[in-house]
Amino acid sequence: MKKKILAAFMAAAMVAGMSAINVAAEEEGGDVITVGFSQVGAESDWRTANTESMQTTFSEENGYELIFSDAQQKQENQLTAVRNFIQQEVDYILLAPVTETGWDTVLQEAKDAEIPVIIVDRMVDVSDDSLYTTWIGTDSLLEGRKAAEWLNAYATAKEIAPEDLHIVDIQGTIGSTAQIGRTQGLEEGVEKYGWDLLEQQSGEFTQAKGQEVMESMLKKYDNINVVYCENDNEAFGAIDAIEAAGKTVGTDIAAGEILVISFDTTNAGLTNVLEGKIACDVECNPLHGPRAEALIQALEAGEEVEKLNYVDEEIFAFDDTVASVTAVNSLDEEGEYAVTPITQEIIDGRAY
Amino acid sequence: MKAKSNVQKKKMTNTGLLLVITIALFFIMYAAGMVVFADKGFAKPQMFLNLFVSNAGLLVISCGLTIVMITGGIDISVGSVTALVCMVMANLMENHGVSAYVAVLIALVIGLLFGIVQGFLVSYMGIQPFIVTLAGMFFGRGMTAIVSTDMISIKNEVFLKWANFRFYMPFGSTNKKGTFIPAYIPPTVVIAVIVVILIAVLLKYRKFGRKLYAIGGNRQSALMMGLDVKKTMFKAYILDGFLAGLGGFLFCLNSCAGFVEQAKGLEMDAISSAVIGGTLLSGGVGTPIGSMFGVLINGTISSLITAQGTLSSWWSRIVLSLLLCFFIVIQSVLASASAKRKK
Repeated sequence: MKKKILAAFMAAAMVAGMSAINVAAEEEGGDVITVGFSQVGAESDWRTANTESMQTTFSEENGYELIFSDAQQKQENQLTAVRNFIQQEVDYILLAPVTETGWDTVLQEAKDAEIPVIIVDRMVDVSDDSLYTTWIGTDSLLEGRKAAEWLNAYATAKEIAPEDLHIVDIQGTIGSTAQIGRTQGLEEGVEKYGWDLLEQQSGEFTQAKGQEVMESMLKKYDNINVVYCENDNEAFGAIDAIEAAGKTVGTDIAAGEILVISFDTTNAGLTNVLEGKIACDVECNPLHGPRAEALIQALEAGEEVEKLNYVDEEIFAFDDTVASVTAVNSLDEEGEYAVTPITQEIIDGRAY
Repeated sequence: MKAKSNVQKKKMTNTGLLLVITIALFFIMYAAGMVVFADKGFAKPQMFLNLFVSNAGLLVISCGLTIVMITGGIDISVGSVTALVCMVMANLMENHGVSAYVAVLIALVIGLLFGIVQGFLVSYMGIQPFIVTLAGMFFGRGMTAIVSTDMISIKNEVFLKWANFRFYMPFGSTNKKGTFIPAYIPPTVVIAVIVVILIAVLLKYRKFGRKLYAIGGNRQSALMMGLDVKKTMFKAYILDGFLAGLGGFLFCLNSCAGFVEQAKGLEMDAISSAVIGGTLLSGGVGTPIGSMFGVLINGTISSLITAQGTLSSWWSRIVLSLLLCFFIVIQSVLASASAKRKK
């Protein structure tokens, strides 16, 4: 029996020893800024690009030490990770929350420890806004408005009357930030220009559901000529449904082609733009690293930072009919945004 | 009769040995962390207390699972019960203006109801516990979505006061800026530790506890000895259900929110903690103290991996799986050793 106890202890010691191996690599730096980043997970290409952006920005060469923690889609893992960051006395905490709710307690702990918290991507719903320092993310409403303005400019250039634009809207998962903003952008366009919005239905951001919704809409209406998909995956499904119904996707509305507008600009999405299947694709930029670094540098210098920070996002179209659009962002600032005609080089040169 | 008491004795020594291994493993891992990651806060008392702070709900739930696992049963509904409890509490307090005290009572009643229904089906109807609690798991998660599919943030003042309450310790640590920060524990930890101790005493020194081991060790002989097997098992599931409800409440105090996806897979964390803590899935062996150390080992692994900083968080799952294998092998070695000695 004693031998077995001994064996058990040795095995345990080995496990402990294994964790010791990694340590030799750790070095103590003078003015290295330590950043703890708790990420949602690795569920999509967008998320992976978001993580990689942070990792390349907060690298050792740039004078940072990044402690990265993948929450595997669980909020309780993030609570634990943030508590660990606090004990590790990181200089900044980056938190891409799994959920909007449930952050009061742990953010209070971070505040008590005087560690600034930068929220990334999704917003947090807390009783006191001072619990986090600032937020970085995408502007879904601006994305929607950009798409609507592009459609208006395109229709004007092609001399298509607004009432001849028969639009269906395949919405994202109802209640998500992206769905709310992008739907609102389209609805404002309908209001402003008098388009014919036939129907709105959720495709839940998936290809399968997007296809299903498009199929049913094609059966209901025979005059659809614009499909507004709230992400690329829905667009892929919609394109499949349109082609299966014997119609063609494209940009020549007068010739009976159906024009597809989409969001996210994933690699596959942009390839579809290049092929002319998606007419316009508005970016949802996952590269938050540089913006996060700029904020941290500002905080290091003791400057005040804005509470809400939107990352820059581009617009890609299949051709150069529309050179730029003017739209208002969520902070009520009007801006002019260039529309980039897509090329293979652009697709190859992108980080995600 | 002599042979019988002999077997019983061996079982207990096995329980003891497994417990010693678990506790030793925990301290070795933690000590290694303190040496290796001293500069990353591992040596701070708060880092250790955080193992309890983050896992208070899981501790209580693991205790409940240990009880049913000792009888040779299982309960995989606990994660869903936790989600349902959080959602019902959040919904009642935020959308219906119910006071926090009433919400807690309802949370405990939900746990009890799950325990009573599942316990009845398992003990008196003789249905496999896995199937019964699988149904419970689906039902709980489904009901959570029926109550609401929104994410509800709890902003009830009384509830937040509980959640943010801290017992400060006389010891603590000094941060980089030289300020002394006392270590603390929230009330959830106090409740969880009291539950672990109460259940440990109940199982070791009370008649009910001893009956559980007898039933789990050998149901047939327990019956022949005249034990009220069905009633005892029924009680075990009720207690387990109640602890799931209580654990759900503690979980809710930590997250202050209710949403459908909450506590997904929590039942598996609880089962793995119990197994690492020396509980046999076949029944008859296990202690709440062991399960508590199982939870702590679970937490230490993820803390070690977070502290390391560059490893993928999935490594914590891989290490956990290796540990599970290690403990299962040890258990089977011990079982075959005691079987040999019987001859």
